[in-house]
Amino acid sequence: MKILYFAWLRGKTGTASEQVSPPAEVATVGALMQWLAARHPGFAEALTAPGVVRAAVNQDYAEPGDPVRPDDEVAFFPPVTGG
Amino acid sequence: MIRVQEAPFDVGAELAALTAGRTDIGGVASFTGLVRDMAGAQPITAMTLEHYPGMTERKLAEIDAEAAARWALQASLIVHRYGRMLPGEPIVLVATAAPHRAAALEACAFLIDWLKTKAPFWKLEETAEASQWVEARASDDQAAARWTRQR
Repeated sequence: MKILYFAWLRGKTGTASEQVSPPAEVATVGALMQWLAARHPGFAEALTAPGVVRAAVNQDYAEPGDPVRPDDEVAFFPPVTGG
Repeated sequence: MIRVQEAPFDVGAELAALTAGRTDIGGVASFTGLVRDMAGAQPITAMTLEHYPGMTERKLAEIDAEAAARWALQASLIVHRYGRMLPGEPIVLVATAAPHRAAALEACAFLIDWLKTKAPFWKLEETAEASQWVEARASDDQAAARWTRQR
């Protein structure tokens, strides 16, 4: 599974991209967030503010209950500020 | 049409190209977003736009297609830059062409409102002392929400 971090979340995890192999029970975006939080204290800290960390699975916005699979590209980022 | 690029763009040239060779278009509405030199009371020296390559193009194409489905547009253009830019430089251009003004103006407002809340871009502002990520504004969510279809 490919994980991407954008904007200030990248600073929190110290990486823009990583390849991970979470256990099979990590099957949703929400479970993946908790699993990654155990690896990155900075990511765990970002999750303490509800609704700040947004996600996309295979380049579409995703909610915590949405599924993730081993070959997915999953991105985490703060609310967008373009335009 | 959508375009994501690092290089600056010329608004006049973009609008001219949109209607070049066409005599059926009745009007063009456009919005150009520029880098402001102030963030609140803080002078800004530069701004860097980060984006999610791939997803950015997908989302802009989706938003563009949604506008084309909701309004009778004859042409539309979204150009969004990424990378580092200075105050006064253009960040984004949205332009819509239609036979009459209402469709062009409404679709243009829709595109920029939706783009601000759906396109994966993040702004990093530089001041003389530090760099700071721009926080999302609730007013942008409210502006986008007014285009949600009534069910």
